[in-house]
Amino acid sequence: MPISGSEIVKMLPGKKPCKDCGFPTCFAFAMKLATGGATVDKCIYLTPEVKAKLEDLLAPAIKLVTIGAGDNKVQVGNEEVIYRHEKTYVHPPGIAILISDKESEAKVNEKIKKVNELNFSWVGLTLKADLIALQFESGDKNKFLALVKKVNDSSNLGIILISEDLNVLFAARDLCADKKPLLYPITKENIDQAIPKIKEKPTPVGVRGASIEELIPLTAKLKEAGVDEAVLDPGSKNLMEAVRDQTFIRRAALKQGFRPLGYPTIAFPCFIAKDGLKEVLAASVFINKFTAVIVLSDFDQYSLLPLLVQRLNIYTDPRFPMAVEEKYYEIGTPDENAPVLITSNWALTYFIVSSAIEATKVSSFLCVKDAEGLGVLTGWAAGKFSGDSVGAMVKKSGIENKVKNKKIVIPGRVARIKGELEDALPGWEIIIGPREAAGIGAFLPEYAKSLRK
Amino acid sequence: MEYKAPKEAYKGMVREVTIGKGEKAMKVGGENILPFHFFDEGSLPNPPRFALEVLDMEPAEKTPHLIEPFGDVISDPIKWAKKCEGFGVDAICLTLVSTDPAEKDTSAEMAAQLVKRMLAEIKKPLIVYGSGDEKKDAEVLPKVAQVCAGENLLIGPVQKENFEAVGKAVLDNGHVAIAQSPIDINLLKELNVKLCKFLPPERVIIDPLSSALGYGIEYSFSLIERVKQIGVITKDSMTMMPIIANLGAECWKTKQAKENKTQGLLWEGMTALSLYLAGANILVLRHPETLKSIKETIGR
Repeated sequence: MPISGSEIVKMLPGKKPCKDCGFPTCFAFAMKLATGGATVDKCIYLTPEVKAKLEDLLAPAIKLVTIGAGDNKVQVGNEEVIYRHEKTYVHPPGIAILISDKESEAKVNEKIKKVNELNFSWVGLTLKADLIALQFESGDKNKFLALVKKVNDSSNLGIILISEDLNVLFAARDLCADKKPLLYPITKENIDQAIPKIKEKPTPVGVRGASIEELIPLTAKLKEAGVDEAVLDPGSKNLMEAVRDQTFIRRAALKQGFRPLGYPTIAFPCFIAKDGLKEVLAASVFINKFTAVIVLSDFDQYSLLPLLVQRLNIYTDPRFPMAVEEKYYEIGTPDENAPVLITSNWALTYFIVSSAIEATKVSSFLCVKDAEGLGVLTGWAAGKFSGDSVGAMVKKSGIENKVKNKKIVIPGRVARIKGELEDALPGWEIIIGPREAAGIGAFLPEYAKSLRK
Repeated sequence: MEYKAPKEAYKGMVREVTIGKGEKAMKVGGENILPFHFFDEGSLPNPPRFALEVLDMEPAEKTPHLIEPFGDVISDPIKWAKKCEGFGVDAICLTLVSTDPAEKDTSAEMAAQLVKRMLAEIKKPLIVYGSGDEKKDAEVLPKVAQVCAGENLLIGPVQKENFEAVGKAVLDNGHVAIAQSPIDINLLKELNVKLCKFLPPERVIIDPLSSALGYGIEYSFSLIERVKQIGVITKDSMTMMPIIANLGAECWKTKQAKENKTQGLLWEGMTALSLYLAGANILVLRHPETLKSIKETIGR
């Protein structure tokens, strides 16, 4: 629920133009506060009550929560929209692997190694899982603490501690408190006992209720005690309930401005689904549906990659298509007889076309025309890949001086620009290439041969 | 501050469209809530339907873990379709890839005869996709519509280049059209407006083009979410049609799906689940195990 500058100004001292906050008037300061351009503590004349009230009113609708420390910390929350097309999602969910102290040492070692080492290159980025969840199941406190110590020593990733026994939970916390582990679960049964312990060494906590309603008094209590980094588990028993609960929590926070539910959420596909494939599919539903921390029982390279790619895709900012720079790119080591092809500058198009060319091992020049981040066909439909503009780009690029054969291959889907392009590029021959990048493999080697005759 | 569950109610409703006839008839759409939102005020009379795709020729690329469930029937489209029926599909989707001039350039007549024979053999409703070559489809799809007159097939893709020829044949012969446009809400609405000048909107299903995970799924996801919301929330007549997500072939084209079976099943499964959650009413898949695991995941 955003508050306006004119409402804020009523709460400021406003008597004298002290300018101590760095702004000429209280009104100017209030306007800055409303848009997030200043912080409340800049005004030194506020009573503690007013200051707290203002800070509360200006806080984001969904609390920012940080799990872990240093370069590997995971930040979740602060989301501003329900659907990504309304603006964008901002903080991708943390993906955790679950390790129980009942698992064999070999299995534990394998899981630690996996979560530490598995990583994938994808469109210039490195994709990785982020968190390790440790579950107390054995009933043997020392065994669990040994596991916590081992993981803490052998990984820099953030930790989620899971124990129904509070003594064990806080003993484990004491072993890795500097890493800001997430403590789970805080419930209506243990909250009173837990609060003083949490306050000893503040870390984020996971609040579990049997329903959304049950969470509300718990977060209220935590907040009153000054504990405000929390993630919510509404106790959904299956995927249908999970979608409902995740949707209600997001709506309550954003549309109703309901503070007790203004926190990110955590989900456990590891406890909902039994078999591996369905567990990963359930996790993908949580990625689509607002969840901020997702705990999996296990994964391998083939199940983790799809999940990480999906997270990347859904959390990509839809307002800015990923685009590459307009110019000609050299693929391999093209010489003056190499083929020249052209495509649009949508990152995905470039990625697919350049990998298809690479796969043929035919060194080529790939011209990339700025179509404002659109694909070839949509770019054409929007007037950004017309014959005229493609011609102008080719001339400007300087590719003319790189090749003897004045021939350029255009995507088959926009064969219709051939005539216009011929007019725009006198002296060039326009070749209609395959309709899809998948056809480049069959087309390019033969075509390259023909250029060398 | 009291908590009141934030249930929502909307004024629009997706049109209910029937595909197939008699015992084969299948209804899609008809909901006035967003996908999976059974907790809001409204109803979803027809859950999303799943189809498996069959090609009219032996696939050139034979990814072992993709063709394995079908054994030796992939060279025979009718046997392939019958095998799919055994995997619990709601519909069969036949793609006439061989009619593409860049493939075998199979004649319209031959393609139409195959559709007719398949119709006689299968018990599920039939979706027929042309090759996507808009010129050739303008010959092939009207022929299919004529030869199978009255069967209420779901036929497409109807594109802006051929909507008159194909749309007319769909209307005259009692079928339903798949209106396809390239991942753009304005082009999608424009095509629907043109098509609905002569075709009743209850005979149109939207295909906004489905991209695979990692290859542009975010565009399909958000477009389908938007189309569904504009239809259901703001009651825009030209987006109140059911949506088909034809994603199987797109997924199995990717290097990642071909590389490994688990990865392939997840690639297709996550693409399908995402587009399901976005609002697709019909999902076209390739692998029967994807179908099975999705149904189990969503509890059907």
